[in-house]
Amino acid sequence: MNKKKLTLATIWLDGCSGCHMSLVDVDERLLEVAEIYDIVFSPLVDVKEFPEQVDVTLLEGAISTDEDVEMVKRIRKSTQTLIAFGDCAVTSNVPSMRNHFKVEDVFKRGYLETTPGNDVIPDENIPRLLEKAYPVHHFVHVDVFLQGCPPSADNIFYTLAEVAEGRTPELAKRARFG
Amino acid sequence: MSKTITIEPITRIEGHGKITLMMNDSGSVDNALFQVTQFRGFEKLSEGRRFREMPSLMARVCGICPVAHLLAGAKACDNILAVKVPETGQLLRQAINFGQMIQSHALSFFYLSVPDMVMGFDANPMERNILGVLKKNPQMASDGIRLRKFGQTIIELLAGKRVHPAAIIAGGVSEPCSEEIRDKLLADIPEMQRIVQRNLDWYKQALNQNGSSALRVSEFRDEIRTFANMKSLFMGLVNDDGELDFYDGKIRFVDSSRKIVADNLDPNNYQDYIAEHVEKWTYLKFPYYKPMGYPKGMYRVGPLARLNVVDRCGTPQADLELSEFRGLASGAVLSSFYYHHARLIEILYSLEKLEQVLSDPAFLGKKTRAIAGPNNSEGVGMAEAPRGTLIHHYKVDENGLMQWANLIIASGHNNLAMNKGIMQVARHFVKGEKIEEGMLNRVEAVIRAFDPCLSCSTHAAGKMPLKIELARPDGEVVHTLTQE
Repeated sequence: MNKKKLTLATIWLDGCSGCHMSLVDVDERLLEVAEIYDIVFSPLVDVKEFPEQVDVTLLEGAISTDEDVEMVKRIRKSTQTLIAFGDCAVTSNVPSMRNHFKVEDVFKRGYLETTPGNDVIPDENIPRLLEKAYPVHHFVHVDVFLQGCPPSADNIFYTLAEVAEGRTPELAKRARFG
Repeated sequence: MSKTITIEPITRIEGHGKITLMMNDSGSVDNALFQVTQFRGFEKLSEGRRFREMPSLMARVCGICPVAHLLAGAKACDNILAVKVPETGQLLRQAINFGQMIQSHALSFFYLSVPDMVMGFDANPMERNILGVLKKNPQMASDGIRLRKFGQTIIELLAGKRVHPAAIIAGGVSEPCSEEIRDKLLADIPEMQRIVQRNLDWYKQALNQNGSSALRVSEFRDEIRTFANMKSLFMGLVNDDGELDFYDGKIRFVDSSRKIVADNLDPNNYQDYIAEHVEKWTYLKFPYYKPMGYPKGMYRVGPLARLNVVDRCGTPQADLELSEFRGLASGAVLSSFYYHHARLIEILYSLEKLEQVLSDPAFLGKKTRAIAGPNNSEGVGMAEAPRGTLIHHYKVDENGLMQWANLIIASGHNNLAMNKGIMQVARHFVKGEKIEEGMLNRVEAVIRAFDPCLSCSTHAAGKMPLKIELARPDGEVVHTLTQE
């Protein structure tokens, strides 16, 4: 009954925030989530530093930049149960569609070929793109894979509840890709 | 001693951004940069795909406003097909889009910005969030949850799922709507209207607004005065009657006195009036009004801009609120703090329009899409996303394979204004020996007012974290401000 509350971090790397929207789609059940977890780091709250110790992390998005790589290692180090949150984290999904192009060609299209008269490509004091976008498990061990683009709110709620009970969520029959 | 402050990540916004403030020797702000740090490359990664994939693929640009990308993408594809979407298909698309406006505006207002207004800009950052609002003003928090849920339910029931639905396709919509679903949605509208009205009343009271005296009496008067409160152009779509239109219409620009600068501009010719500038230090481009050049051609888009641009909303309740809104200024309403106010009026408008669209006999028609192959090699699609005008431009080969794409995203249009805005607010609030967290929260809050989508805006290839650093004039970073 007087169970100690767990800590929860949520973060987006190279994603579209759709998985986080699906998390918000738990609607009124947000209260139940808040009863089980203290949200200690998230785009929805004002904490700027990833905590030293977190029980559960929902990580949305692929790993696409040098800063993403640093961040995912930092997160793994601090996290007890790491959940690859959605298809971009699980497979690298849409971000990896750039993988068969050269990074310089992706930049050329984005900044030169679509912007008449411009010869500048941003590169100052901002993260650098890796040659390819990768799924989270390419860099660190993942404890739970939560599929979906995005995962449904029901599956997110179920997963968070199961993990809190110390069980491995059985997602094989519930989750779908896409 | 001069220094740089970095605020990173900017929280309670969508996407990755950071803010860098350069401080001078006397401890005031010299320069301020709003940097977007994500780049994703959709213009390139779509190359070689079939054009019919584009709406669903482009939805993945943004999880908050996927419907806007579905619509702009589908409209670009309609033009490649060279078809006119059947009336039922148009109505369905509009209804789904109203669902999106409602849910996205509710998220921006209640989940992301209300914590600053209810808890206070200087409140404990650990409590300054939606869960804090749930404790302090449970009615308001549950209103926000309820309203957002209604918007998401519209999308789910009409388009298949809440985030990244698949029903909006080239040529129309894939499924008609049943009478049962239509009636279910209609039944909830009156309750939603009461919710919006209640919160509009709260907002106006919280600001102690009383026409032009707002500036003198409001608790937030300093924020109203300094949150990107400046002259600029405003841009948005208006219909043939000069009314608000999220789905169709022509582009209009007005200046800060609400005088029309350009009107009836064809979305297909967007490159004649919009050009883009690129800076080294951010992945987000800087669009500007081409005839006035860079940076003089700065304009704003989104709820505030749309209400400044239109002659009227075109629905009774929203127009009543609009006339009060107009009283805030003699010309255009210039303070970006009023984006919040405009957002609430737009929810009211969306609910009224939704009722009209659902009640149209053609809404339940069975003919929802036009079928054709690729007949044009190029197509432009434009629609109003919650945060402003969205432009998709595609080129295909004779088999309909994508050759080239250009996207100009709502948040991008506001890039110049957001940068000027953080400078204004930082100069007013961030000063002295000791930098307080609440000062920096206000710098973030001006960005929140614009409600940018940062994963959207760097569609091309990136993302945008928000952080503040204090640096010496020589560039050495002496202090990075992160909230503990």
